[in-house]
Amino acid sequence: MKSDIILAGVGGQGILSIATILGAAALADNLHLKQAEVHGMSQRGGDVMSCLRISSSPISSDLIPRGKADMIVSLEPMEALRYIQWLKPEGWVVTNTTPFVNIPDYPEEQEIMDALGACERTVAFDMDTVAKDVATVRASNMVLLGAAAPFVGIPYEKIEDGIRTVFQSKGEKVIESNLAAFRAGLARSRAVSSI
Amino acid sequence: MSTRKLLLGDEALALGAINAGLSGAYAYPGTPSTEILEYVQSNAVAREREIHSHWSSNEKTALEEALGMSFCGKRSMVSMKHVGLNVAADPFVNSSMTGTNGGMLVISADDPSMHSSQNEQDSRFYADFAIMPILEPSTQQEAYDMASYGFELSERLKVPVMVRMVTRLAHSRSVVEVAEHAVPENRLRFPDNPRQWVLMPGNSRVRYRQLLEDRKRMEEEAEHSSFNSLALGNDRRIGILVSGIAANYINECFPDGSPFTVLKISQYPLPVNLVSRLADACDEIFVVEEGQPVIERAMRGLLDRGLKVRGKLDGVLPLTGELTPDNVAAGLARLVPDMAGKLLAEIPDPSRIVVSRPPALCQGCGHRDVYAALNAVLDASPTAKVFGDIGCYTLGWLAPFNAIDTCVDMGASITMAKGAADAGLRPAVAIIGDSTFTHSGMTGLLDAVNENTPMTVIISDNLTTGMTGGQDSQGTGKLEDICLGLGADAAHVRTIDSLPKNFEDMKALFAEEFAYEGLSVIVSRRECIQTARRHAKGKKQ
Repeated sequence: MKSDIILAGVGGQGILSIATILGAAALADNLHLKQAEVHGMSQRGGDVMSCLRISSSPISSDLIPRGKADMIVSLEPMEALRYIQWLKPEGWVVTNTTPFVNIPDYPEEQEIMDALGACERTVAFDMDTVAKDVATVRASNMVLLGAAAPFVGIPYEKIEDGIRTVFQSKGEKVIESNLAAFRAGLARSRAVSSI
Repeated sequence: MSTRKLLLGDEALALGAINAGLSGAYAYPGTPSTEILEYVQSNAVAREREIHSHWSSNEKTALEEALGMSFCGKRSMVSMKHVGLNVAADPFVNSSMTGTNGGMLVISADDPSMHSSQNEQDSRFYADFAIMPILEPSTQQEAYDMASYGFELSERLKVPVMVRMVTRLAHSRSVVEVAEHAVPENRLRFPDNPRQWVLMPGNSRVRYRQLLEDRKRMEEEAEHSSFNSLALGNDRRIGILVSGIAANYINECFPDGSPFTVLKISQYPLPVNLVSRLADACDEIFVVEEGQPVIERAMRGLLDRGLKVRGKLDGVLPLTGELTPDNVAAGLARLVPDMAGKLLAEIPDPSRIVVSRPPALCQGCGHRDVYAALNAVLDASPTAKVFGDIGCYTLGWLAPFNAIDTCVDMGASITMAKGAADAGLRPAVAIIGDSTFTHSGMTGLLDAVNENTPMTVIISDNLTTGMTGGQDSQGTGKLEDICLGLGADAAHVRTIDSLPKNFEDMKALFAEEFAYEGLSVIVSRRECIQTARRHAKGKKQ
């Protein structure tokens, strides 16, 4: 298997936890993995992106070439579009539709939805609301992870184990709430993508 | 026995050093090098062995401390970002003159593309003129393996070894095979060449001749290093000379193996025999290296009339910014156009509605309150200039504050404000963070104290090194005492809490000290909102 994933969002939203969980799952599944991220200045409310590559054979580049990503996974709709050049023709866009507006010239929401709608394979819904319904709004990144799970190529149980590993130190309640968010995202995604 | 771990390049290097018998790690935080010392701080073996891992005041003090540990026969490492090496340049260059006793690694992490830096300087230049071997890992596994190898190399050659990291390796995670146990530390043992450690001219002249002689041994090591490899190909049109992580981009272009001869360099000085064999195997050499064209310049020489060399200097690869699998593939496609179809993917058009989202100061950050009050006061002084410094507060240059006029290097706010005040500027204002102040601001403040220069230094104290993620700041709890100790007038060393409710008081204080025809220091204090949240969480648990 091979899965090249662009993780996108705004600094502080929690995309790096998604990378950590998929990393733990890939390690447990004996897969090869490279995950590049940028620390420092960009983490202060700027756009952040991480390249996550998982494969059953060795991986060369830490960065995903443009036009080759299997998936863009984003916590913010405009940030999903920022990396559209990386997506391969049959790739999936999985994104939260709740905008994070911390700049004065943020585009019209409808324009963003139209552009996302123009992508052939898109799973886009309001993940903040789903997270609020089953856990807390802060778990929207786990809803996103669930929504992306059908396309990753790692068994769901292994990803759930990854969630348990990563949140182990925070106690059973936090683990359960994150698992609930993950499962809600997964169910919604399978319903809209019919996978 | 070995085990598999998921590690950042920085962490792999740190763990490699711990497992190789490290006794002391020294550093000042700087992206992308920070996680190296943080890893040592969090490692159980390092804690049990009491391996030194406290942050140093700056890169110069850190390097000298590591050298002192090496003098005692122990294995030490010092890590910094590329511009930190400028701060440490004096001991760095002289550490190859003294040489080492215990193995010593100098890790410098370059930041091509300037993700979080003010320039793209390439650390390899420094090692070249200091006459020091360089190890340049291409993978996280190599970063791990090179720590142990680097210590042995340093002990064999009796000089420090530079490990050159770059952002995309430092901050990329991969699965690394690591040893389950750490080897014992070296015992305390003094150098057998004590004269060499006293760099008086008479000793230095002797040593420098020896060092020039030793350079041949350094090159010999590189010729036979398992980190350098020559893989012969059948197609003679080009030969590829690739270094460090650039090797990964070449491999990405040729998933089934390269048809061209590839020489991969991860240990310097450049091994001339290997390069010569590459040259024999091709019609022109394509140099692919991350950062500035260090190898390429050496290959071309001044006259560039020999071998045909392609790379950054003739525009086949971009001269600025980092390498990517895309620009390396595009460069290859230019040199071997018949392969373009295979090398270049179909790339969708960029979205036209996406706008840039620059970083910003956090809501609840005390720097915001300082800038709000500063702007309100300086609105009435159109001639005022504010000299900024390196840290989160550099973001004060952006909207909505647009509050600073300069940002150059660590500590330059104070000294540039002094030069400007000397030139007649009023009011001359410096704004500097607490960690930057103790890194490189104190000596500049002494200059201003000695002349009672009419200027105001605002130390915006958030009790941490914020931009790099909240590491301990060396001046916490001591800032006013440091300023008074340097001789600042107690009547003009003022303190205020940078809180929204103090807006009017801050304005009044700023206005008062700006009007004073002498040196003032204002310490505006409020804990970083990020570390405050972490501390609150820690207390709850």
